[in-house]
Amino acid sequence: MSLSLQLDASGDLKHFLTVEGLPYEMLVSILDTAESMTGVTVRSIKKVPLLRGKTIANLFFEPSTRTRTTFELAAKRLSADVLNIALDSAATLKGESLLDTLRNLEAMYVDMFVVRHSHSGTAHFIAQHVAPHIRVVNAGDGRHAHPTQALLDVFTIRRHKPDFGSLCVAIVGDILHSRVARSQIHALNILLTGEVRVIAPRTLLPVDVESFGVRVFYDLEDGLRDVDVVIMLRLQHERMQSGHLPSEYEYYHHYGLTRDRLQIAKPDALVMHPGPINRGVEMSSSVADSPQSVILEQVSHGIAIRMAVMSMALARTPTTP
Amino acid sequence: MTLSTSIRIIRNGRVIDPASHVDAVRDLYIDDNGLICQNCPEEGSVSGDHIIDATGKWVMPGLTDLCARFREPGHEHKADIYHESRAALASGVTSVCIPPDTEPVIDSPAVIDLIQQKSDCHITPRIFTLGAATVGLKSEKLSEIAALRDAGCPAVSNAGLPVSDHRMMRNIMDYSASHGMKVFLYAQEGYLAHHGCAHEGRVASRMGLAGIPAASEIISITRDLALIEITGVEAHFCRLSTAQGVRLIEDARRHGLPITADVAAHQLFLTENDIIGFDSNLHVLPPLRSESDRDALRQGVIDGTISAICSDHQPHETDAKLAPFAETEPGMSTMDAFLPLVLKLATDDIVPLETLISCCTCHPASIVGKTSGQLSPGHVADIAILDPEPEWIYQTDQGLSRGKNSPFNGWSFTGRISHTLLAGRLCYQRD
Repeated sequence: MSLSLQLDASGDLKHFLTVEGLPYEMLVSILDTAESMTGVTVRSIKKVPLLRGKTIANLFFEPSTRTRTTFELAAKRLSADVLNIALDSAATLKGESLLDTLRNLEAMYVDMFVVRHSHSGTAHFIAQHVAPHIRVVNAGDGRHAHPTQALLDVFTIRRHKPDFGSLCVAIVGDILHSRVARSQIHALNILLTGEVRVIAPRTLLPVDVESFGVRVFYDLEDGLRDVDVVIMLRLQHERMQSGHLPSEYEYYHHYGLTRDRLQIAKPDALVMHPGPINRGVEMSSSVADSPQSVILEQVSHGIAIRMAVMSMALARTPTTP
Repeated sequence: MTLSTSIRIIRNGRVIDPASHVDAVRDLYIDDNGLICQNCPEEGSVSGDHIIDATGKWVMPGLTDLCARFREPGHEHKADIYHESRAALASGVTSVCIPPDTEPVIDSPAVIDLIQQKSDCHITPRIFTLGAATVGLKSEKLSEIAALRDAGCPAVSNAGLPVSDHRMMRNIMDYSASHGMKVFLYAQEGYLAHHGCAHEGRVASRMGLAGIPAASEIISITRDLALIEITGVEAHFCRLSTAQGVRLIEDARRHGLPITADVAAHQLFLTENDIIGFDSNLHVLPPLRSESDRDALRQGVIDGTISAICSDHQPHETDAKLAPFAETEPGMSTMDAFLPLVLKLATDDIVPLETLISCCTCHPASIVGKTSGQLSPGHVADIAILDPEPEWIYQTDQGLSRGKNSPFNGWSFTGRISHTLLAGRLCYQRD
């Protein structure tokens, strides 16, 4: 279903809603396109005219800094016009329905919506209801998917360790509430990664998580053995109030990535984090700032991936009627 | 033949009456009091207007639906008694139980009077209002249950709202038992179900939807069975959804507890796999569960553990479903497709026809203490006549219910109601 919604009849990208079910070739093609975009982001005039005349609206129903900014930069480097709309404080609070908000933006001749929302399935919902010429990119929906984040993560891994078949990747932390983890797992499995592990206490794991194609560890030190890439997830403070964890202290004590623990992984293991980091909760500062950490590279790659996705999705669109 | 015509003879139909184990082609006679009678009226005394030729058709008792929302009073923007009654009668439903979660809540005889007055203006099925067990369904104070009984409620229930306080549930049961009132129970433990919108399992995990574990139903049934045992109240479990729930009911019945159970027709078809794609029409409570749960529910119907099938009809306005999955209101509009869906279980060789008809007629009627749902002489002539031949595709925009929120849009069915009779009077006729 997602597939028919994401790809057009000739198999090209129409909307980008989820990584799940994406054909291997499409995923690799996005990564390759992003690779060519990185050239743009480092030259003195950081702009290409690919999306000149197109208008992209960033609709963020949840606060975001990193994702929103990199989407904005990506759009600007493709020469598109960008509207940033923070809806957590705007129309929806005045009682306007989600669809009414969209209709209004459609009337302003927007070509693409980049959407973040706290409810799973929102990007699907929007893609099903927008005018046919409009493209939708999911910038995170509830716990469901954050596909561009996952792609920038595998892009970062590929730059350092291109042979996915030989890799063991561990994702540590709040998998249950994480759209990032879900999308990462799908992306890694599509790329035929040797082994994908999740490491967390049971309260932070979705039911039947094994069915995603991962190996489950409750113990961080067991799970880190022979790992090539460690992806740490952000821990939200509210997990203590909701009874998922006793305290940040105990979490760090058992699941925090320290220098000592990192040594259990392979010596050249990469350390990743989608940001923002809670130092002293998910990892120690010495790990976050160590040479093995590629966390800031992830941010830069976010721009290239988002340029790739936006340019591919808008490549063959007719002009606004 | 016009509506309200009293029918005296239904000629040559295949009469299917599970209560008397009749399944044979014969005539059916109705006296001038609207009761089924033994003898054919004298020759010449009945004109052709009062005779239905049912050759090639099935003549069944009218259906009793233990759970359908007509949305009046209070939610007229979703549906109303007039339209939902037409949809029910066109589905062969002649008696309907309305849960008390209207606005105002059915927690006093005044609201029952109001519904009665509104339904008196239209041709409707027999409407049985379930009384609210607690005032405002808030689980804080008992309703005046004896007064609700005297006003005609066949049972009390807390609708879809869990009674989390065990002592309050015990009081509901004890008090109802002392007034000879039955309790309808919806088994969902509230803390585990917290904000959930889908069955907790592989699919919800992938889709990132908050799950409602099967344990939510199991804990609730287990608690309620323990309380039924000490209070002796007659109880009916509504809309089972899990395999283990069916097993608990089966065990308790074997041990002689005075309980019955029903299932919503859609639960016998749809599963968690159907929600992949986030179609909000499939957002329903209890949630669509796993295939093995669905198979156990079907088996429960076959072996009699589940003795009634209801529509759990919940019509919504379009906007209620136009949002991301979890933000939409739960419930599906099922009345238009209710009978065809149930009969599909026989067409597909899943459940025997006689069992299915019992589950929609005499069994649910007896659960609410009525003797309708039977076609032997002396019973009220609430009758559904079905043409078993036509194949048709259900399209919500052609349905009679105002609720277009049906996941069965586009499904093809075999067989359609041609006539529905209430106490012998024609109250629906398909053009």
